[in-house]
Amino acid sequence: MSVKLDGKRLRIVLYEGDGAEPLEPQRRFETLLGLLEDGHSVTRAAPGGTVASADRADHLVIGQFTDKPADIAANGAGVLRFVDISDCAADDIRGTVASEISAAGGENPGGWKPWFPVIDYERCTNCLQCLTFCLFDVYGVEGVSQDPEGKGQITVQKEANCKIDCPACSRVCPEAAIMFPKYKKGPINGDVVRAEDLESESMKVDISALLGGDIYSALRTRQKDARQRFSTERDESKALLERKRCLKKLQKQFDIPDEVLMTLPSAGKIEERARRAREKAERRKERSQTMRDRGPVTEEDWGI
Amino acid sequence: MRVLYCHCAYAKVVPEDVKKDVLARLSGSGIAFDAVADLCELSARKDPALARLADGGETRIAACFPRAVQWLFHAAGTPLPDDGVEVWNMREQSADDVAAGLLRGVEV
Repeated sequence: MSVKLDGKRLRIVLYEGDGAEPLEPQRRFETLLGLLEDGHSVTRAAPGGTVASADRADHLVIGQFTDKPADIAANGAGVLRFVDISDCAADDIRGTVASEISAAGGENPGGWKPWFPVIDYERCTNCLQCLTFCLFDVYGVEGVSQDPEGKGQITVQKEANCKIDCPACSRVCPEAAIMFPKYKKGPINGDVVRAEDLESESMKVDISALLGGDIYSALRTRQKDARQRFSTERDESKALLERKRCLKKLQKQFDIPDEVLMTLPSAGKIEERARRAREKAERRKERSQTMRDRGPVTEEDWGI
Repeated sequence: MRVLYCHCAYAKVVPEDVKKDVLARLSGSGIAFDAVADLCELSARKDPALARLADGGETRIAACFPRAVQWLFHAAGTPLPDDGVEVWNMREQSADDVAAGLLRGVEV
């Protein structure tokens, strides 16, 4: 599934300042809860409080208006759309907001569980093991030309490529620097990293083992056995059962989803991928060195 | 002082009762606040809203683990300021503790 992360979003403001009647407490709560459950961000604007600045964002302002709220209009907002919700139940407000967003050419949220690695740069040593390990091009490097070593800085570049519920890359990180905030357990979920976490087997997956050792061998052997059994016995259910058993064991050990295990390439392909990553880093280093040797860019370089 | 509440809408890792209780108390308090459906999603989108949320002086945030929150903002290119930011963890703390922290010193 292709996930689009650059659609236009409107900022929703539940306005209860001058020129509007405050909502009844229960209705306010239900309205906020409903909009948040639908994936919207909502600002509750009320007298005397401070919220994030308008900053030229397009706004959908909902409220029980008695007059047009002048203080929002004067606060530097972009396009403003006002919707009077005086006679709307909380559920109706959700529908109205969705319709208004569509009418404004905006994107209604939802459809993707935001699952992707978040790097703790206070822990990251830039070893690039995650870059080499990830099969889905989630990681990249940036700032190669500014790096004296020409290595660049590891970054997360394609969040939407990440396989939902797969924390595998965090397990190859020797410093526990990769978080998945929606993961169930610490320190992968962002909890404090303790010394015992770094020692824990569940946090330490030796990448060399993954590149041809225990896990992969076990998977291949089991898959091969299952295939042989299937071809000799012609018993599809037995083969599937064996496959499920194998995947379940691996999944339990490392919390890696079936989908990811099913897409594991051969050990040779993974090694080839690591080799290409190393060569790419070398080429970047050489280019960076060439640029440094050449000195600063002159007007002549730009054809001026 | 500003308050930011994250509803963690796309996962079930924050207890429902804690989320709803904290939101109910914020909603009933009369204060102005920003509520986001999911900080992770905003971070992945590099949503400009995060810059507005990060740039507000003293801020109290109700979300999840402080380390995750800090680096989610950083990942979006809008790091939180070093000072003046408190993060209350709805995954581990009670609704009473979180609400008390968020509304500390506020006349309700």
